[in-house]
Amino acid sequence: MSAKQTSTSATQGAVARGGRGFKLRELLSSHGMLSVLLLMVIVLAVTTKGLFLSPDNLINVLRQISINAIIATGMTFVIITGGIDLSVGSIVALAGVVGASIVKLQLGVNVWWLVIAATLVGALIGAVAGLANGFSITRFAVPPFVATLAMMTVARGLSFIYTGGRPVWGLPVEFNALGRGYVLERLIGPVFPVPVLIMAVVMIAAHIVLSKTTFGRYVYAIGGNREAARLAGIDVRRVELSVYMLSGLLSGLAGVMLASRLASGQPNAGVMYELDAIAATVVGGTSLTGGVGRISGTLIGALIIGVIRNGLNLAGVESYTQQVVLGTVILGAVLLDQLRRKLQAKN
Amino acid sequence: MAVETPILEVEGISKAFPGVQALKDVSIAILPGEVHALVGENGAGKSTLIKILAGAIKADTGVIRIRGRQVTIDSPQHAQALGISIIHQELNLVPYLTVAANIYLGREPRRGARGAFIDEKTMHERASALLRELRVELDPGEQVGRLSVARQQIVEIAKALSFNAAVIAMDEPTSALTHAEQERLFGIVRKLKSSGVSVLYISHRMEEIFELADRVTVMRDGQVVGTAPISAVSRADLIRMMVGREVAQDYPRPAPPSREEILRVEGLTRRGVVEDASLTLHKGEILGITGLVGAGRTELARMIFGADPADSGTIYLEGRPVVIRSPSDAIRLGIALLTEDRKRQGLVLGMPVYANVSLATLPSFVRRWFVDEGSEREAAQRYVEELRIKTPSLNQAVGNLSGGNQQKTVLARWLLSRARVLIFDEPTRGIDVGAKMEVYLLMKRLAEEGYGIIMISSELPEVLGMSHRVLVMYKGRIQAELTPQQATAEAVMHYATGGS
Repeated sequence: MSAKQTSTSATQGAVARGGRGFKLRELLSSHGMLSVLLLMVIVLAVTTKGLFLSPDNLINVLRQISINAIIATGMTFVIITGGIDLSVGSIVALAGVVGASIVKLQLGVNVWWLVIAATLVGALIGAVAGLANGFSITRFAVPPFVATLAMMTVARGLSFIYTGGRPVWGLPVEFNALGRGYVLERLIGPVFPVPVLIMAVVMIAAHIVLSKTTFGRYVYAIGGNREAARLAGIDVRRVELSVYMLSGLLSGLAGVMLASRLASGQPNAGVMYELDAIAATVVGGTSLTGGVGRISGTLIGALIIGVIRNGLNLAGVESYTQQVVLGTVILGAVLLDQLRRKLQAKN
Repeated sequence: MAVETPILEVEGISKAFPGVQALKDVSIAILPGEVHALVGENGAGKSTLIKILAGAIKADTGVIRIRGRQVTIDSPQHAQALGISIIHQELNLVPYLTVAANIYLGREPRRGARGAFIDEKTMHERASALLRELRVELDPGEQVGRLSVARQQIVEIAKALSFNAAVIAMDEPTSALTHAEQERLFGIVRKLKSSGVSVLYISHRMEEIFELADRVTVMRDGQVVGTAPISAVSRADLIRMMVGREVAQDYPRPAPPSREEILRVEGLTRRGVVEDASLTLHKGEILGITGLVGAGRTELARMIFGADPADSGTIYLEGRPVVIRSPSDAIRLGIALLTEDRKRQGLVLGMPVYANVSLATLPSFVRRWFVDEGSEREAAQRYVEELRIKTPSLNQAVGNLSGGNQQKTVLARWLLSRARVLIFDEPTRGIDVGAKMEVYLLMKRLAEEGYGIIMISSELPEVLGMSHRVLVMYKGRIQAELTPQQATAEAVMHYATGGS
């Protein structure tokens, strides 16, 4: 079993490095961003006098990153194929307002059914938008950047049209569970947030799909060499279509979770979320040129961004300065990683 | 005997990379106005030497002298300034700029206050003069991306001349050229030579070396085996020096094929590309297809494989008509294409050997949703052993293997997919001499095991030596079908240039 695990990571290692001794190197390289993360944790632990390390705060960080991490999981698939998805933030908004309007329906059924319906419909809307992205990309050869940019505008517009530009308020409290609830709260109290559970399930499933299935292998192959993949008989268009659909679906799910957290469906929610998702993916070691990347890396990337935000909040840094610091730290982290790889390549 | 001062001299150059001694005490002297051929198998150290001369990497030890003066080459720009220009296999041109703009890229003649503007007119005129010097008809205002590879190469040569290059190193310059284009390139090389420019000419093709070179240096395993005037060595000498052992000169032609038809193509057409192509392939047969570059050979193969659509035509497999709309259709039916450009179309270079081998058959390794990596590796290991693919491990990224072993990795993929018809497009391009014979022997073995093989090749000796029958294509049509007895080099060239 453990031998199998090693060889799986080896596949991705080779995908990532393409060099000799990649097993060790890949391990180190994923640890590379991990060490950046640990460094940040140590610095924050010291500067906040341990406040950062309190269980409450750590769980808070996980809850804060959950939505971005879920979106970034879909983004990771897209970017490994060599694509990009700019529409995720707008899909978050569209799925959020539609989901919110569904839980408000007065159908006389148990409200939990409505929460489930809202989640499913939100995810479905995302999947349909992703399908539209994938369709224009694979059938009409529209560059992913352009196709998803168009969807970004369209989905945003649709959310405003749908709500008439006003947020959807007055949602039943049951709906809060998705974004703000805790697992088995009545039994064990507010310990384990629902959004963290959803994030964990999504990312573990995504990791398995990417590393263990033919679909996952094809995602890497297409990003590594599209033409070679096609000539090996892989249905490249179907894989690409699925990848954009997945990204849309996860964004839709994230959108409903965000509406739940905000206790309202906001047509202007999720603005710039695409950049957070791309940042988490890239900081996590996924290459924008395709063929390389891992879900575990994306989790680390999302954590790094989340930890910076959280640390700055704890330190009482105001939000404009936060943005400057965040951008700088992201750039610095990636530069540091590149430097380390160069040094490693020399030795 | 007068001793000429070499224009470029390297002495005692060594270079080590992690785990490899790429160059060991290499000394070569290039005389003014000579064409100096540099030959050696892949991995012999030619590329490393070129990179050092180009200023891309630094030697660990040794000296470089230009006209007797010791220099250190710091950067590619510095190399150019010193009079060394390199024409790489992959050309370094900006496709959307004009010929003139490419030649003077970064050194554009200026006009206006503080030279704020590019002096297009002067640039155009200077480029024009350079091209005239090379005696080529080429409009300096033409966009480079619209030119053929051969003409782009000429632009690179003109660029080298614009630096007043004393030595131009050409790395496999003819690998993508048609016969006529090669002849023109040879003309230009001779022209350069007569005007005193030295050419360091790297090639795998013996014919060219004997046609062009004054002297030849052979490298093997990072060392110089020897330098000799071309008149003093034979083809067999060179090959022996390169490989370090005797290599059989004869092609291992396989036993006669069976009469059982495996593939038949009737009237396959894609307008303007391939016209009304018909052919029959038998079990155990190697069917050679030759012709000039652009004759439609690769296009025909891609249509049979479903990689490109056909306008009309029918394909029969073992007598039954089949529909092939995509590569996956072809693969399911047992047809495989080994593309001419392995790196771009054959392999996912960053992926390990075993994943490249299983790429076309991955679903067959799925057990309960997941890829069973154990059996996947087992299968790959079987073919690595059977085809003797030299790799440190199954996990090695395939991009790190030599050309011959990459070719075998693609072949392993198709054997694993149980293909019965194998289409080899330029199977030995970019493969060194020793590995070529190995590829031939594999093809022979496969044919004798009953596979049907189509071999597309521009290397005439190879086609004539390996094939049971030879088809010659010209402008998208199959111009002639020749038996081995009829297929002489002259006959093939007659049909390949449009004769009937």
